[in-house]
Amino acid sequence: MAIDMSQFYQVFFEEAAEHLASMEALLLAIDPGAPDPEEVNALFRAAHSIKGSSGTFGFQDMMEVTHILETMLDRVRKGEAPLTDDMVDASLVAGDVLKNLLAAHKGEESADREAAEAICHRLEALCRALDAPTASAPVSVPVPPATPVVAGRSDEPAGKGFDLHFVLAGPVAGWPAALANLVTELQGFGLVEVVAEAGEAQRECHLRILSDSADEPIRSVLDFVVDGASLRIEPLARKVDVEDAYGFFDDVGGGAVTDSWRSSDDAYGFFDPLPAPAAAAADDAYGFFDESEVASLLARQQAAEPYGFFTELPSLEASATPPSAPVQEETAYGFFEPVVPPPVEAPQSPSPVVVPVEPVVQPAAPAPKKVAPKAAGAGDSGSIRVSVEKVDQMINLVGELVITQAMLTQAASNVDPVLFERLINGLAQLERNTRDLQESVMSIRMMPISVVFSRFPRVVRDLSQKLGKHVELKTIGETTEMDKSLVERITDPLTHLVRNSLDHGLETPEKRRAAGKSETGTITLSAYHQSGNIVIEVGDDGAGLNRARILSKARERGMAVSDTMSDQDVWQLIMEPGFSTADQVTEVSGRGVGMDVVKKNISAMGGRIELDSMSGVGTRITVRLPLTLAILDGMSVGVGPETYIIPLGYVMESMQPERGMMKSVSGVERLIQVRGEYLPVVCLHEVFRIQGAITDWSRGIMVVLEADGQSAALFIDQLIGQHQVVIKSLEANYRRVPGVAGATIMGDGRVALILDVPMLVGMARRVMPAAA
Amino acid sequence: MLQSAQAATGQESEESGFAQELLTFTLGAEEYAIDILKVQEIRGYDAVTTIANAPSFIKGVINLRGTIVPIVDLRIKFAVGVAEYTPFTVVIILNIGGRVVGMVVDAVSDVISLKPEQIRPAPDFASSVDTAYIMGLGALGERMLIVVDIERLMLSSEMALVDEAVQ
Repeated sequence: MAIDMSQFYQVFFEEAAEHLASMEALLLAIDPGAPDPEEVNALFRAAHSIKGSSGTFGFQDMMEVTHILETMLDRVRKGEAPLTDDMVDASLVAGDVLKNLLAAHKGEESADREAAEAICHRLEALCRALDAPTASAPVSVPVPPATPVVAGRSDEPAGKGFDLHFVLAGPVAGWPAALANLVTELQGFGLVEVVAEAGEAQRECHLRILSDSADEPIRSVLDFVVDGASLRIEPLARKVDVEDAYGFFDDVGGGAVTDSWRSSDDAYGFFDPLPAPAAAAADDAYGFFDESEVASLLARQQAAEPYGFFTELPSLEASATPPSAPVQEETAYGFFEPVVPPPVEAPQSPSPVVVPVEPVVQPAAPAPKKVAPKAAGAGDSGSIRVSVEKVDQMINLVGELVITQAMLTQAASNVDPVLFERLINGLAQLERNTRDLQESVMSIRMMPISVVFSRFPRVVRDLSQKLGKHVELKTIGETTEMDKSLVERITDPLTHLVRNSLDHGLETPEKRRAAGKSETGTITLSAYHQSGNIVIEVGDDGAGLNRARILSKARERGMAVSDTMSDQDVWQLIMEPGFSTADQVTEVSGRGVGMDVVKKNISAMGGRIELDSMSGVGTRITVRLPLTLAILDGMSVGVGPETYIIPLGYVMESMQPERGMMKSVSGVERLIQVRGEYLPVVCLHEVFRIQGAITDWSRGIMVVLEADGQSAALFIDQLIGQHQVVIKSLEANYRRVPGVAGATIMGDGRVALILDVPMLVGMARRVMPAAA
Repeated sequence: MLQSAQAATGQESEESGFAQELLTFTLGAEEYAIDILKVQEIRGYDAVTTIANAPSFIKGVINLRGTIVPIVDLRIKFAVGVAEYTPFTVVIILNIGGRVVGMVVDAVSDVISLKPEQIRPAPDFASSVDTAYIMGLGALGERMLIVVDIERLMLSSEMALVDEAVQ
């Protein structure tokens, strides 16, 4: 097979990561006491998909882990075993191991083989534990990959097998173990199924084995453990297959499943009938994994024929329908559609297998037909995977388009509107279209914040167990969208905040009880939009920050603090570098572990962080981030010969000051009275030392700005207009300039600087006391 | 190739026998030379957007096809010539390690190639430019070229073009 599998690795990595994430989410949501069958099914499907695709791509280690996991989940899914907490834990650990292995295959981490083996054993032990006590229903015991039965089943006249009826010898208590051993032993011959197991009431066991072997060797194995006289070995009747045609997911019925993951070694895996690729196809709406069970047989028989993967096998579907279709409907797996003829039977009916070779040349027609129902079944709206670079390139181009459009509009502003009516109409149209285009392009990069939030149930679960606290995590506003780059960068700081809340914010159950609160603490994560920002809050109902403690700590460190400081200022202290040292972690309100780092990361994103706290009631940390890093709505203002952009989100109002509004403090007019409030004034021409600016209050304009809960008035010469501007980095080729957040290109091609409003407002507050 | 080139010159050089291509430009009456591989383009002087509180030799930033590029006036930095801006004022756009910087000079002369042995080490002397940024003095007939390590100069803290952290 001359297909280079590595070109599909990236797809596999992404899919596997998605499946792992959904598996984790499901595991955390599931209630072991009363699992929702749908959820269990979804879990199983995720595990199954990972197994399938890792087998396909030859990642043996991942496949082994998922295989055992899948086996266990399969039992639960069929209601043969109850879901236990232990299983959930083990599955979560298995998920972690798989993530590690996945990262190892990507070359990012080194694989932790020991952990992988450990989890395999743990899961196996769980499976065995299930075998022993329950097992009145048929039990499937899949063949471990290492067993030497690979010999091409398809060329055998197949359908061979035996029904074994016997009575176990020895004491009743030893039966389950003896049976388990026996089953393992018999797996050397082929697939074994326990149809009826010996219990106390019923002495007779009924095993079914699918094997090409003669009955003699099987008999000799049985002789060791079985009451010889009771042994009956009957050749397997064909009806068995029909009975057993559990479709796809049954490990026994799906002997082909076992088969095909073996065959993946031979690089036929691509044609694997496993639902993984099929599910993947549903996600991606790529038709080409559509594959029926039989097609894999076809593929194996036609090993040299690499085009098989477009084939659809309508004829087979029809022929195979009677036994398996009802089962599939019942289990609602319809979207894995390709109907499975009973695997044992399939090799016996080679004639329909050969038929579909011609459809190879016309793949397009059947493929879309299949994709549609699958997509619907998976509950996934049709989506395509596009690399981020492409999207970014598109955003850049649209950004340039916006500039060009603005340039044209400006050029046209001087022409006679009567003579050039059509031109001006056309430009207006262009402006609308450009704006729409820009919005829709920007929305491509937007992701719901649930991508970030979804990791916290796990974080909280693990940490609360470790700390012995009872914690409930509430998330609000998960659908709030933000820029992808922000999503990636907010994850770490947010994790830090949540851990902090859990570790230092929430009290132990005893303390909570003593304080008259419920033992279970609550951590609330919420996200919402507010005036062009996205706001993320991490709240807890813990003990709150201890003001006195922080102040005394700050004094010890020689910081300039006073008892009259506002709470806001006191809370900000814990975000000072150096304040968050290890010795404080365990202190009363020792929050502040790496808070300076969190603050730094968030400011690097153009965001702000605020703290609110009330002793005994809780703490709330608010993170404000810009919606996107690329474009903002701005107001352009003129000062002297220069033009600056003020991000519109900060602008409250603008006015022409009158003489009486200006108030002086110690002889310097530095306050303006606006609606009964006194606001500090910042003169932009002073801050930026601009020559030729207006200095007479009454001839200029005051823009009232609000940032970080503080207001100030910015004195400028004139308002020019309102634009959407593309933010360009000044630092790419230059350096950071105090008071300047970035740069943009105006309609005339000139560069305008974007003001760093929070800094300017802060400047007003800092300069004030010195001036006064 | 290398050997034949060296054989042709008949000279052995301790570093490299290759002649270096240099772009020469004038500041006042002085002639300077920089490695041509650092030059991205040469363009006329446009209106710049001034940056607040920047050193006087940083004229501001311009829009170079969508990129914000800072402009440095070397005449002010080196205190030579008269810093006046006419339609003939030239800006050399440099690309230094991915960073794009423009510098204003009086005129661009030509491209010359100097062999290593034609570049003499600069003696220590007092000047407005740290001699550390002068790679040597090139002799080309009567002309004396001041060969500047432009990359080192532009990235130096003295030029205040890059953040401390970046350096």
